[in-house]
Amino acid sequence: MSQRQVLQVFEQYQKARTQFVQMVAELATRPQNIETLQNAVGVMSLLRPLLLDVVPTIQQTAALALGRLANYNDDLAEAVVKGDILPQLVYSLAEQNRFYKKAAAFVLRAVAKHSPQLAQAIVDCGALDTLVICLEDFDPGVKESAAWALGYIARHNAELSQAVVDAGAVPLLVLCIQEPEIALKRIAASDLSDISKHSPELAQTVVDAGAIAHLAQMILNPDAKLKRQVLSALSQIAKHSVDLAEMVVEAEIFPVVLTCLKDKDEYVKKNASTLIREIAKHTPELSQLIVNAGGVAAVIDCIGSCKGNIRLPGIMMLGYVAAHSENLAMAVIISKGVPQLSACLSEEPEDHIKAATAWALAQIGRHTPEHARAVAVTNILPVLLSLYMSAESSEDLQVKSKKAIKSILQKCTYLPALEPFLYDAPPNILKHVVGQFSKVLPHDSKARRLFVTSGGLKKVQEIKAEPGSLLQEYINSINNCYPEEIVRYYSPGYSDTLLQRVDSYQPIIN
Amino acid sequence: MACFRVILATNENLLFFPLSVVDAFRKKEYEAAVKIQSWFRGCQVRTYIRHLHRVATVIQKWWRSYLGRKCYQHKIKLAYHDMKMNIYNAMAVRIQKRWRGYKVRKYGFNYYYFKEYLRAISETNDAVREALDEFADMREREEKKADLEREEKKRDYAARKMHYLLSTKQIPGVYNSPFRKDPDPRELRLQKAKPLTPQRHKAKQKRPHSLSSWLACTSTRSFPRSHTLPPIDRKQCQGPFRDVSDVLKQRYKPLEPTLRVAEPIDTLKEARSEFRRLELSRNVQENMFLPFSSYHKNERYVPSMHSSTKYGPGAYGYHRFRDESPNKWIGGKDFQTILPSFDLFSKYGKSYSKAGQIL
Repeated sequence: MSQRQVLQVFEQYQKARTQFVQMVAELATRPQNIETLQNAVGVMSLLRPLLLDVVPTIQQTAALALGRLANYNDDLAEAVVKGDILPQLVYSLAEQNRFYKKAAAFVLRAVAKHSPQLAQAIVDCGALDTLVICLEDFDPGVKESAAWALGYIARHNAELSQAVVDAGAVPLLVLCIQEPEIALKRIAASDLSDISKHSPELAQTVVDAGAIAHLAQMILNPDAKLKRQVLSALSQIAKHSVDLAEMVVEAEIFPVVLTCLKDKDEYVKKNASTLIREIAKHTPELSQLIVNAGGVAAVIDCIGSCKGNIRLPGIMMLGYVAAHSENLAMAVIISKGVPQLSACLSEEPEDHIKAATAWALAQIGRHTPEHARAVAVTNILPVLLSLYMSAESSEDLQVKSKKAIKSILQKCTYLPALEPFLYDAPPNILKHVVGQFSKVLPHDSKARRLFVTSGGLKKVQEIKAEPGSLLQEYINSINNCYPEEIVRYYSPGYSDTLLQRVDSYQPIIN
Repeated sequence: MACFRVILATNENLLFFPLSVVDAFRKKEYEAAVKIQSWFRGCQVRTYIRHLHRVATVIQKWWRSYLGRKCYQHKIKLAYHDMKMNIYNAMAVRIQKRWRGYKVRKYGFNYYYFKEYLRAISETNDAVREALDEFADMREREEKKADLEREEKKRDYAARKMHYLLSTKQIPGVYNSPFRKDPDPRELRLQKAKPLTPQRHKAKQKRPHSLSSWLACTSTRSFPRSHTLPPIDRKQCQGPFRDVSDVLKQRYKPLEPTLRVAEPIDTLKEARSEFRRLELSRNVQENMFLPFSSYHKNERYVPSMHSSTKYGPGAYGYHRFRDESPNKWIGGKDFQTILPSFDLFSKYGKSYSKAGQIL
């Protein structure tokens, strides 16, 4: 045979290999093919030797195919781990060119995303160090995919995040944020968010690397997805402790972050309200700062402009602010927060949002009669009562609305709002209502008169209370405000007694 | 008095009459004397008592007035004390009022401050709302503007692409119907647009797809491609051109650099390091061989030829040509100038600061 014929054999073989990996990679993009690839063919064992091929293109494409397979579900990812493919990948991740690095990082990412165990398997292979080295690479694409893989590893739990931090990824990620490429910035910011979400120590590590200043600068970036990640990272940092929240506030995010509440992107809105909530929940001082910056008004507007889960952090933020002190609660009230919350309560379909709204309203109304009045005027109490009584409400919603009703009623002196409760409230709430009447009526003559004419007194007489109970005491003190005849006139069965007297009366005949 | 005179008369008679007569009158006289005495004494005593009474009244008067004054003063004192205490109490209340108000306002609840605070908050809120609305408006406007611009660009591009639809003098174009009064606005756009020159597709050197689309396989060409090959389906060009194959050969001919260009600029350095490496690998000693330490002691110093010649170095070039040697001067005076000195030069150095002035 001539030399040419010999070479031709090899060329054919190489062409066939290339075609094979390319076809497998293409097939792996479609979910309906995966089953067949997995069961019928046993594609893993075929792809594994191709990772060690002499031709770089074949290696890359094989890695790509593996990544796509592993991306699909956790069984396949586990198969990748069990097939001892990871050590090869990690070894060559440090050696090969940038295309291969990207593909290998993609495989690692696809494996790590499924479960903490799989991510732990990757960490055990020593992939972290090589990924961190890739973060120092010149090519932004390699950095991006390495950062992506690190983020997927770190997001599972605190130990894995700690491992990522120990590998020295944080300072490099902070450098990545400062790169000009938007995609890299996004992924690095989401990594920082994933790392700092687990514990105060990890968040402190991120802060120590000087991430906050760079993150705070990017709040005004026009790219919505980047804004999402940046706001989420800041809120994950701020959520742990007062000190961290103060660090975030000191980066002068305050008037700026409010503009994000007006953003077109829903998730930017959500993350911005989450950030404000995480800051507000720590101390009254921080809440005061937010109130002074006009944050409450902005959040209330934001609540009005969106629906569903996007609203939730804003609602909770109002609750947290109002919970700290009566002045702050008053600030929420004069920022027209209560009408907005009551609108939320009536129009939201989801129970957990309703529960949060009820909680926030309770925090606003529980301070003084002024607050309770402001809440009661919006006619929210009947809605809360119906939520409490409804069998469809979740248990949490029932508990929250009951607490809200109770804490508002105990301060409420606005009788027109209380009156309907006399007719349709269950006994455990009726007790508080009657209690409020018994406190107010002795001091207010107009209210006494109104109470009789509106039929409240009659209703009070009809209540059956156990002698000696608290309810009975309240009823007695209400009765003491009126002359005896009126009380008797309104007592049930009074007409019968009168008729009896007519029967038993002996007319005087001269 | 008459009686008295009677008694006197009787007494005279007694002197002259016997004692019996005296005796007869004695008892009577005695009784009268007693009466007189008693009367007198009574008067005396009464006068005395009256005197005593008067004196006692004076004493009592003074004493009582003293007591009365004392009592009155006491009462006044009490009343004064009361009055003072009342004033003090009122003042104390005033002070307490002020202090308590101050304390509560400072450490407790200050209603006016609170009102002011709420007002300030609502103002801030309004300001923030306004600013945010403005911001959102601005954003929206910017986006709209960008959209419009994009649209405009797209239309322009389309116009450039469809420039062939432009009407000529003879034939009206599609958008310039002769049955209408005015041409379509698209016609005007076509008039403005520059026709698009047909583009030959260039060999793209850079990777056409970003990493994300490559990994997510959003495009069918998701594999790294090799370099593009020269186009095969090239048509024959019109005109006095050379053969296509010749041109292509010329165009896609690999670079044949000259030797100077082909060589890297640091070839010498590399060669040296290569040489050193080779030597190192052959274990050649790199350090210079130094002579023995006492060798140079009996070495004779050989001066250089220039310094050892007996004629010494030539003076040419060492001295300046314009050296002045005053001992060779014939007269001590300077040359006399025949012409007056040039006016311009005499001012030299004196008129530097007058910049821009014509001398």
